[in-house]
Amino acid sequence: MSADTEHWHKTRNLTITHLVVWFVFAFLIHWFAHDINNIRFLGWPLGYYMAAQGSLAVFVIQLFLFSRQQHAIDVKYGVHEEDEV
Amino acid sequence: MALQFEGKSFTQSLPKIYAIYTGGFLAFFALMAVLEQFGMSARAIGLSFVAFTIGIYAFIGVISRTAAADAYYLAGRSVPPVFNGMATAADWMSGASFVAMAGGIFMSGYPYLAFVVGWTGGYILVATLMAPYLRKFGCYTVPDFIGTRYGGKLTRFCAIVVLMVASFTYVTAQITATGTIAARAFLIPYEWACWLGLVGILVCSMLGGMRAVTWTQVAQYIVLIVAYILPIVWMSGAQGFGWLPQFQYGPAIERIQELEPLLGVGTAPVDTVAGLSALTTLHASPADGALAAWQFVTLAFCMMVGTASLPHILMRYFTTPSVKAARSSVAWSLFFIFLLYFSAPALATLSKLSLFDPNLASSIFGKAIADVEALSWVRNWGEIGLVAIRDSNGDGLLQVNEFFLNPDIIVLATPEFAGLPYVISGLVAAGGLAAALSTADGLLLAMANTLSHDLYYKIIDPKAETRKRLLTARVLLLVIGAAGAAVASMRLEGILGAVAWAFCFAMSGLFAPLVLGVWWKRANRPGAVAGMVVGLVCGWGYLLAVRNGMTPWLGLDHLRFGVVGVVASFIAMVTVSLLTPAPDEETQRMVDAVRVPRGESLVSHH
Repeated sequence: MSADTEHWHKTRNLTITHLVVWFVFAFLIHWFAHDINNIRFLGWPLGYYMAAQGSLAVFVIQLFLFSRQQHAIDVKYGVHEEDEV
Repeated sequence: MALQFEGKSFTQSLPKIYAIYTGGFLAFFALMAVLEQFGMSARAIGLSFVAFTIGIYAFIGVISRTAAADAYYLAGRSVPPVFNGMATAADWMSGASFVAMAGGIFMSGYPYLAFVVGWTGGYILVATLMAPYLRKFGCYTVPDFIGTRYGGKLTRFCAIVVLMVASFTYVTAQITATGTIAARAFLIPYEWACWLGLVGILVCSMLGGMRAVTWTQVAQYIVLIVAYILPIVWMSGAQGFGWLPQFQYGPAIERIQELEPLLGVGTAPVDTVAGLSALTTLHASPADGALAAWQFVTLAFCMMVGTASLPHILMRYFTTPSVKAARSSVAWSLFFIFLLYFSAPALATLSKLSLFDPNLASSIFGKAIADVEALSWVRNWGEIGLVAIRDSNGDGLLQVNEFFLNPDIIVLATPEFAGLPYVISGLVAAGGLAAALSTADGLLLAMANTLSHDLYYKIIDPKAETRKRLLTARVLLLVIGAAGAAVASMRLEGILGAVAWAFCFAMSGLFAPLVLGVWWKRANRPGAVAGMVVGLVCGWGYLLAVRNGMTPWLGLDHLRFGVVGVVASFIAMVTVSLLTPAPDEETQRMVDAVRVPRGESLVSHH
């Protein structure tokens, strides 16, 4: 397997991982909002909280993490961009 | 003005420039607060806020004007990720986010949170599937990517059509929002206010293209975020929930849930008032059942996939210095967007509580109707037909289902009815205007650029020189803007509705060719054309059918027609691609190169 192919495989797997997490917090958890709303989280009903803040915060953290992880993959396979002089 | 707009020294001095600007804006706010104490009238305060902020945007637009193609289309590709994040956030957060969203949550509670989930979750798709790859491609516009990846003038033309349909729908909503705010601030008829708003938009985007719009949008972001968060903090402090409301308003939800049965929220009003509605939905309780859950996730889905297909947003990531910067810029965009969205439910909750809670001076329910009607904010908004009171049971007291309002005014009116000083209302009006103007700028630019670069230069006259192309772009900007203002002054659809349509149009036509262009090498030209045409036609056809009385399939109403469009688009694109020959070797090599950050961009512009 050439380095480029391997780089692309890693990139693809990272993308899929993040999309799975995205799916859970974008859809799955809200599907059960009615059921988890009886749980209280710091004063909020949990179902409401996840839609108002929880999922949003997960997405933000996820993107900063994704940006770092993808860059690490690029560096490992030597395909990252040169620093600007 | 000897400011340099590109290069290292400019980039390094950006934090200083915007710190001074923010300080100046806060000083202006303080000055207005002091003048209010000395008796400056509400009208004069509103007017000063609007005039001051628009003046600054125009100033930035003028000093960063340009006639160079790279600066005009890509802001010289030198916008640092954090600032690009702020500019994207302003570009993104429109009149709908600022003016209408909290109002929707206020009125309808939990189901409207699908918008905030969707409008943030979409950025995961942008970052993982789109932005870095499109940046590597090095295109000027979104149709430029589609036209180059798949080849052929017809492909490019289809992409132009989808972009125009989606962006034009979107821009009319922004001009509507601008018109509403300007009408109230200047006390002029709404139709005039639309045209006035248009002038403000054009000054920023006409002169300097992407470069001027970028630096103006950063300034607009600062105004809009201050304007959104300040009233929430103030209300929260006044109601005793602490000074970090976003983390502390949980008990306010609990209090609302206690008060709702006492006030009788959930009883249908006897009277109806055209265009206005009474509170009938519980605030924090999702409806039970699969249809409610399905409607929540499909709305979120449309907003997410729509986000990843909106040309004016994707094009912002073409301006970063590198692929890596494009990725971190998406993360910063979402961070800045998050600041507003996780505050919106707090705003809706606290403003609802200030009307509900009998322990607060601002509460209105259960009080004598004559007293409530005498309140100045009820009178002011009642005069322009956005608030109404009907004593249905004739007992002289105000019940929840006797109070009608237009959801779009919640954010603008909250400072008044929560009893905050008027200077806050002026600030909020300025923030709403910044939100609407910045999005309108971005949209007009996306449309004008694609018409000048893709339609005029790439399809009609490939030999046209830069000067002529940029001139065409500016003339087209005028024409489209005028058409948008004309449509907006007719008020065809509410702000939130029109915005949801724009998302659905964009995802119906553009999502499949964009995502498959990077992720599926086998995708070819006939497939892309089929995907765009079938997607847009099915989505649009379904919208028309639903609007004309067809029973929606599976609860997919007019806000969710993008689901139908995008599914049709994928099926058509995959089927047609597989039935026709694979793309040539050069295209395959191009896709390989897009997947690797290092190296020259694939499109070279001269």
